[in-house]
Amino acid sequence: MSDPREPLEPGEPGVPLEPGEPLDPVELNVPESARRLADGEWHRLHPATPFLRGGIAFVAIIGVIVVNARDVFLDVIFGGGSRELRFFERFAESSLLVLAILAVVVILLLSVGGFYLSWRMHTFRITDELVEVRSGILFRTNRRGRLDRIQGINISRPFLARLFGAAKLEVNVAGQDANVELAYLGSTGADDLRVAILQLASGTRAAEAAADAAAQAPAGGTGVVESRVNEFLAPELDPNAAPPESIVRISIPRLIGSLVLSEATIIAILVGIGIITTIIVTGDYGWIFALLPGLLGLGGYLASRLTRSLRYSIAATDDGIRVGYGLLSTTNETLPPGRIHAVEVSQPLLWRPAGWWEIKINTASQAASSSGATAKTTLLPVGDMADVHRVLQLILPSLADAKSRELLECGLAAGAHDDDYVTSPKRAAWLRWFSWRRNGFVLISDAVALRKGAIWRSLVLVPQARMQSVSMNEGPLLRRMGLAELRIHTVAGPISATIGALDRDDVVRFFDEVEHAAVHAAGVDTSHRWRSAGQSTESPAPTTPEEQS
Amino acid sequence: MTERLDLPGAEWRGVSRKYTIVEAVGLLITGIVLTVATSIPTFLTGIQWLAVIPVSLGIIFIINIALTPRRVRAIGYMLREDDLVFRRGLMFRRVVAVPYGRMQLVDINRGPLDRAVGLSELKFVTAAASTGVVIPGLPEQDAEELRDTLVALAESRRAGL
Repeated sequence: MSDPREPLEPGEPGVPLEPGEPLDPVELNVPESARRLADGEWHRLHPATPFLRGGIAFVAIIGVIVVNARDVFLDVIFGGGSRELRFFERFAESSLLVLAILAVVVILLLSVGGFYLSWRMHTFRITDELVEVRSGILFRTNRRGRLDRIQGINISRPFLARLFGAAKLEVNVAGQDANVELAYLGSTGADDLRVAILQLASGTRAAEAAADAAAQAPAGGTGVVESRVNEFLAPELDPNAAPPESIVRISIPRLIGSLVLSEATIIAILVGIGIITTIIVTGDYGWIFALLPGLLGLGGYLASRLTRSLRYSIAATDDGIRVGYGLLSTTNETLPPGRIHAVEVSQPLLWRPAGWWEIKINTASQAASSSGATAKTTLLPVGDMADVHRVLQLILPSLADAKSRELLECGLAAGAHDDDYVTSPKRAAWLRWFSWRRNGFVLISDAVALRKGAIWRSLVLVPQARMQSVSMNEGPLLRRMGLAELRIHTVAGPISATIGALDRDDVVRFFDEVEHAAVHAAGVDTSHRWRSAGQSTESPAPTTPEEQS
Repeated sequence: MTERLDLPGAEWRGVSRKYTIVEAVGLLITGIVLTVATSIPTFLTGIQWLAVIPVSLGIIFIINIALTPRRVRAIGYMLREDDLVFRRGLMFRRVVAVPYGRMQLVDINRGPLDRAVGLSELKFVTAAASTGVVIPGLPEQDAEELRDTLVALAESRRAGL
């Protein structure tokens, strides 16, 4: 492979920068390049990193310089003799010129040196326990993430980085803004590294992996241009690991329809009509400026929804669910099994005639930027009922049997049915005017389902193995009506698994059931080392050696 | 008025009665401060009806203080086989059950009033912020024993996130 790859130590070949703990390298079923990166020794990032990190600023500065230089150049050729040119002439005649050139050269050298140094000091290593990054020249930062705490791996390729064949790899661990970022890596290197990290994290047994590795044939080398073009055309670079086709396709008409029918658009149109009417009535065109902030906000909202729906793909891999999106800047995220803490299937009112739904999730890692957070918590931006079932089967595979499927269908269907959901009693109609027949809960296989809302329908699913705690509440009003509220606490996210206005005895009974189910599910859950699950299901001892941290 | 929300057949362990003092004194201080602060406008402007605010505040706090013993009696916790159950509230009753394995850490806090009567507050933290299990009014010795028990139980039932 000829793209600029993270070089091993040029000066001291094969010698780790720091004596790490004695490594017992796990045989990995990954290409040679990734195995080298994940060998537990310190490596450097893509050489173009400083440029790509400061990318936009750099382009802006170059742009300013080019525009100015062009003006001066034109003036010199056509003898325009503008004020600027005279200034440069006077400047050139004075003795300051030498000093100025010297200063520029020194600044250039310093910044180049600084960039080089920051690149040299920015190293990372991946052992079979953790991923660690060191960076900074004066203020050193050292960040470690434990591999068995990985909540997801994100590979994003901003447009500029894609041109250079670079990608950003982000390892998310649980917590607020708790991610270890490797920016930037070679594009194919990033994909291979993701596979390597996931395999290390999954607790794959060495022997098993070695057997797999034997079956693995290395991909043939291609030309630089060809490989770059291939990378550019395929946001999913991992044909071996991921089934090539996504289980959900969002067609362009559906995408546009979902945006147009969103509540934000309707509100914006209503506000627009209101303001235009005001302008016509009062004849004061100043009102037009009142439209601007709203338009900007709407534009931003629609753009962010559009980018995460364009070329959307979702597929199952050995190491979890992979969601990819983006046209020019692409992102794809891998969520290992058991990292989804709550799921909500919901339907905005206007989507109902079309039968579209949206799926949101709670995960333990929260992105720092709000736009990134919405993208990450929306698993399926828009899909019909068949898509919803396919995605649900992917994230909660235990709900695949006919019984669970029927319960899920009941959970999403309109009105009341004679089904297994325990719903609110008639007296709760005072609190849930339209939805009291729908408002209910049920245990489906190893998840808890809460069905809510008649106008804005939603179904919240919480895997029992991920529940943190459960509570029941009542206030004076609910007590008088013999009702109570049930809450399932999960990690923070857009979904709150709360269901109110239910019969008190039902709630007390369900509280106990849910709690027992949660304790049991947590005991047998091995998804944090998902590939060793097969070996340890026979003896679901709560403490296997890997689990002790 | 019907029975309050509760678990059938539960044997709750209550907190120390001395916690009533802590709670009542705390309420008294806040009540006095708020009442005085809100009565300043009445004195400055001399407008009679503005006195409604401090008076009603004072009444609310007096009722609240009178209810403190009952409220403290309503606080209870229970160590079951696999989980910790916590209950509190008279008007707004809340019952939470947390499996031991979900524990991320246990905090013990002592405020100045707590220290004066030798009590501690134990906070059980999980990955969900909304769990909110804070057991107040435990004698220092008990709080430390409870913490060690909880840590040991959590260790034996360790689970992922």
